[in-house]
Amino acid sequence: MTMFANASLPTTPLHAAVLQSFARKRRIAFAVPLMILAYLIYASISFDLAGLAARARIDNAAILLSDFWSHKTHVTRDNRTGQVVVAIEGENKGTYPKGMQPDWVSINGDVTTIDLGAGHIVTYDLAGARMVVPSYGTINIREVGGKPVLDAPLPIPDWISVAPNKVSVTTDAGRFSYSRSKVETFKYQAGWELWFFTLDSPFYGKSLADMAYLATIGPRLDETRLNAAYMLSEWWNNRMWQHGVVVWAIFETILMAFLGTMSAAIVSLPLGFLAARNFMPLGFLRGAVRRMFDFIRGVDGLIWTVILSRAFGPGPMTGAIAIALTDTGSFGKMFSEALENIDEKQVEGVQSTGANALQRARFGVIPQVMPVLLAQVLYYLESNTRSATVIGAIVGGGIGLLLTQAIVTQKDWEEVAYYMVLIVLMVMLMDSLSGWLRRKLIKGA
Amino acid sequence: MVDIAFGPTPGPRPDMNDPKSAYMEMVRRKRMYGGILLLLFMALLYSGWVLADDRNAGGFWDGLPNILDFPAEVFSEAWRDRANLAPIFAQHVPSLIETLNIAAVSTLLGALFAIALSLLATRGLARWPRLIPVFRRTMDAMRAIPEIVIALVLIYILGGGPVPAVIAIGLHTGGALGKLFSEVAENADLKPIEGLQSVGATWIQRMWLGVMPQVAPNWLSYALLRFEINLRASAILGFVGEGGIGHDLKLAMQWGQGRYDSVVAIFALLFVAIVVVDQISDYFRHRLVKGH
Repeated sequence: MTMFANASLPTTPLHAAVLQSFARKRRIAFAVPLMILAYLIYASISFDLAGLAARARIDNAAILLSDFWSHKTHVTRDNRTGQVVVAIEGENKGTYPKGMQPDWVSINGDVTTIDLGAGHIVTYDLAGARMVVPSYGTINIREVGGKPVLDAPLPIPDWISVAPNKVSVTTDAGRFSYSRSKVETFKYQAGWELWFFTLDSPFYGKSLADMAYLATIGPRLDETRLNAAYMLSEWWNNRMWQHGVVVWAIFETILMAFLGTMSAAIVSLPLGFLAARNFMPLGFLRGAVRRMFDFIRGVDGLIWTVILSRAFGPGPMTGAIAIALTDTGSFGKMFSEALENIDEKQVEGVQSTGANALQRARFGVIPQVMPVLLAQVLYYLESNTRSATVIGAIVGGGIGLLLTQAIVTQKDWEEVAYYMVLIVLMVMLMDSLSGWLRRKLIKGA
Repeated sequence: MVDIAFGPTPGPRPDMNDPKSAYMEMVRRKRMYGGILLLLFMALLYSGWVLADDRNAGGFWDGLPNILDFPAEVFSEAWRDRANLAPIFAQHVPSLIETLNIAAVSTLLGALFAIALSLLATRGLARWPRLIPVFRRTMDAMRAIPEIVIALVLIYILGGGPVPAVIAIGLHTGGALGKLFSEVAENADLKPIEGLQSVGATWIQRMWLGVMPQVAPNWLSYALLRFEINLRASAILGFVGEGGIGHDLKLAMQWGQGRYDSVVAIFALLFVAIVVVDQISDYFRHRLVKGH
């Protein structure tokens, strides 16, 4: 042992070489992490990480998170006409019809009382509006000369913001704001409201037992059809959540992935034979097919998608063709490599029985490469389900389009949350489907 | 033997005196099933295309003759203005570098994340064997969420720029590489690790000195492949969201006629970048895996 470390011994060339290689490895072990660190520092400067903190909108994150699990109901009074409107998310589609309102709102002539819960009570009347906050007091707003005048216990806490023309109050129970034109109260409640039926549906607000009764033995609400069918159609055509549209969009996305992947596989198989050294003796043709694969892969899905949407217009077929075209390049390369790696003995065995070229390919080659090809095709099917979401956003089809539209409006975050959940479920479903098929079709996988 | 092959339940048995016809019968049945499946599959594929064609804004046969119109228009205009191309190239190189940087940083961060996750999720190597399912499910979830979902949400929260794309692609990369890394690490020889353990090495030392040297070539090869994929992903995310050459392409496309020289320049830059990266990564992957 000591011999190794003893420097006074004459160093043999082997000894020196080993030491040198150790030193080199040690240098690399330090240099690589240092280089990575240096690159990351450069990147964080070039990406302007420092400026990110200023641009980040944490309040947007809060909106997003609260919309994930809750909804808000707006109770708005127009200060000019005195009209009071109760609307879920402030949308037309979620407006309560006249004479119908949630039980926490009561409208009595000109006086509207809103119970936000936990003792927070908002009242609108002719003099103005007031909000009672337990543990603080009454925030009274009167309208004087067209401007809101605040009258509240001093000192004014920071959750009440006062501007010349607007007073707003933010509490855990809800938000309240008064401006010249209108007075608004937002109440937050858990859950996605109207997910099953919108307010104008006869099934809105029915309990589970009532629904079961109506669906089975109850009298028909609509003479022309069964209650169960009526229910299903009310849910399917829900104007707020548009379940019918969403289900179609998910289906379109899966359709794009399926059509694209399978068509690419069917087209690439014969082309793969043309590009494999052991099946295509003509060098120039083989080279041409291979360069074509390289070209298709090099141009990339993004550019193909852009070119194809110009020719075929928006829709799922354009997306399917884009996926098919892009994958033809990848499949062609992989298939031809698989074909070059086959065992020639089986082909010779088939040939010895007098089989022609087609029969040799069918019985000597295909059984060998099938498991490899199928595994690759199924992997692509699964990953293309994800790509189809993105491609859908570009070509204008499927769930990707719905998602980007919902995000661009920056309003319907509960719908964004809904779509995200659906996309993840869809991808997981395709994941397990392709895994199941792989196990089913490929023995030993 | 026959009972083993055909199961214990009584039923028709092949005639052992006539093995040829029994064999042919079996082959025929197999082919029939295969044929029916193939037919079903083709019918599904065909009706799928018909349906997709129906729901598309433009039909397939109407669009097919026009497929070259757009490239022809773009290239002819670019050819007319070819004198402009050189400055336009120079103008878009910074965005190309940004796209490359997004791909590289997200691959790097994703790979670092994947190393930690995969070692924690590999049987025989894990620091806390009981938590293996937790880390595996984490990787599954990271893989399942498409990049665009994370990117768009992060753009809303963080504002524009390349960081949302880096986080989105990096998370996906972490999940995807984590799975592959863990498959490689499963096959690592445990003897060096036991040797290190016997001299009192900590878990990190065992992984760094015992596992890493064994798996590094394969891991690097997978990471390079992922870099190719991420380059494409970052171009696409730029087109849908913000940042990089994809965004430039979208802007140039929105300008439409008169700016097609930019479109061509961006197409060309992207094409060259992808081909060069593919070639370099191909070369290194061959060297890493084949060892020469």
